[in-house]
Amino acid sequence: MADASYPDELLYHADHDWARIDGDVATFGITWFAQDALGEVVFFDPPAVGSTVTKDESYAEVESVKAVSDVIAPLSGEIIEVNAELGDAPEGINDDPYEAGWMVKVKLSDPSQIEQLLDQSAYVASLT
Amino acid sequence: MSAVDQTVVAYERPPADASSATPMQRERAVTIFEKGQEGRRAFEAPALDVPEVEGLIPASARRAEPARLPNVSEPELVRHYVRLSRRNFDLDSGFYPLGSCTMKHNPRLHERVTALSGHARLHPLQDPKRAQGALELMYNLERSLGEVAGLPHVCLQPSAGSHGELAGLLVTRAYHEARGDHRTKVLAPDTAHGTNPATVTIAGYEVVPVKTSPDGGVDVEDLRAKADSQVACLMLTNPNTLGVFDPNIEEIAKIVHGVEATLYNDGANLNAVMGISRPGDMGFDIVHYNLHKSFTQPHGGGGPGSGPIAVSDRIAPYLPVPVIQKLADGTFDLTSTPTDGPGSKTIGKLRGFQGNYGCFVRSYAYICSLGGPGLQDASETAVLNANYLLARLQELVGDRLPLAFGERCMHEFVLSGTVMKREVGIRILDLAKRLLDHGFHPPTVYFPLLVDEALLIEPTETETKETLDAFAEAVADIIREAEEDPSIAQSAPYTTPVRRLDEATAAKRPVLRQPL
Repeated sequence: MADASYPDELLYHADHDWARIDGDVATFGITWFAQDALGEVVFFDPPAVGSTVTKDESYAEVESVKAVSDVIAPLSGEIIEVNAELGDAPEGINDDPYEAGWMVKVKLSDPSQIEQLLDQSAYVASLT
Repeated sequence: MSAVDQTVVAYERPPADASSATPMQRERAVTIFEKGQEGRRAFEAPALDVPEVEGLIPASARRAEPARLPNVSEPELVRHYVRLSRRNFDLDSGFYPLGSCTMKHNPRLHERVTALSGHARLHPLQDPKRAQGALELMYNLERSLGEVAGLPHVCLQPSAGSHGELAGLLVTRAYHEARGDHRTKVLAPDTAHGTNPATVTIAGYEVVPVKTSPDGGVDVEDLRAKADSQVACLMLTNPNTLGVFDPNIEEIAKIVHGVEATLYNDGANLNAVMGISRPGDMGFDIVHYNLHKSFTQPHGGGGPGSGPIAVSDRIAPYLPVPVIQKLADGTFDLTSTPTDGPGSKTIGKLRGFQGNYGCFVRSYAYICSLGGPGLQDASETAVLNANYLLARLQELVGDRLPLAFGERCMHEFVLSGTVMKREVGIRILDLAKRLLDHGFHPPTVYFPLLVDEALLIEPTETETKETLDAFAEAVADIIREAEEDPSIAQSAPYTTPVRRLDEATAAKRPVLRQPL
């Protein structure tokens, strides 16, 4: 597993999710802290492309050797792409949570929600 | 170390290389089919001494080739299974504090009575007239269990706790539908055993989780907000999986009954309250027992278990059939069409026959051996043992493994390894694996889900103070060792027949079939 890291170009949700903003599209994933708490991930159940996600609500499930957990959407929008690689290699979520472990790309329905997310220092402060 | 029945000595350091593996670790475990030689056998069938009946089995159902059975001699057969049993960890060789599983000692007397030919050779299709003793035993067991639960009507059929839960929800559905009331939701606290939400889903209801309050019981305000006319039932474990007896149980029952839902008690933790408090008196409508937990039964290997349910008068008509009846002349019978009382508006059969009869014999032997005061004593000792072990652990390692909720416990308790993980650098999983090197079965880990790095410990009433002390000292030793070198626990266990398993690969790429 990778060492603890929280890239400062990302925005964070208090439920241990990250968002990478690119115009009106955002990429979502879970943070190093989340994957560390889950333990080894054995299965990722992605949502369908075209479905909508709502900020603060579950949009996918990850199963680890410990438990099945909901993944919370940091922002609202419509799924335009899912990371199909995670189907065969869910360990990407543990090994590289911010690159290979990305989960979905979402066309944002309300970009103003971005202001409610935490920056890197605020999220890291919330972990202690 | 004091004089204790645990004699396994932990390795001080991990073995340096594979050559230091134990003989059992080097041995490749094989199936019985991979052993033996053609023509070898453990049993010689006698010559046929009755006329052979042609055509009894239709040609289409006959084998084209003989079954490929193992070709082994009796000594090979015995050694194979003894060897397999030695690769396992069992209650007969060590402390097994697996939380919420009640791994108590199984008295040998129970095996003796279960092996009596009247029990062991009973056929499920035997005419009830020729199985009167068995029916009387089951009838008396129903009465005894009903007394423990404070609910008069018992059905012994369910094969396991989860099967009892399903039976409980099916009779709940039948109860509501008989009133023309079609409900859609079932409430379950976030401390619930995983089987509760699974049962709700299988029974066709939607699960609505209820939050836990800071004292470890049900968040009553959250319950009040979620209890509406669509709620069919609240499934509650009391005491719950945090080892907390809910102080608001009467208020909870009032809220649930206020919306005309049923209150279901997951009896997995009945071992804490037998003879002390009764679910029926608390307002529960339905309770399931885990006979294999509270009432002794060798378990932990997948069965056979037994999960009878007891219900109140208003639920009784919907119970599964056949029901056991005591007739006016004192004899017993089975009926699938009772005209009134239990089973008169039945949901039907739950299984082919009456249940796992061997479990009934053992549990009835247990109840008869202990009697009412003995059952109460068992529960009190279970709670005392849990509180003693909790106090010892808090004394030794309370700064690393604090109690997750409250200050004391019932028959089990949950410690949180969050501080240990951060300060010492080992997870609860590492602690659990290292405990195996000390000769202890690990407690339940990572459950209940609402506690981070949860360690759920249930010592049961049948363990001695010396064993509890030795366990607490082993936990303290492991943490002390990890303060110096966390890698030792992180790579544990070292002494078991197999070392740490790759659980992720086992889950992702399971090998479920072996060609014979």
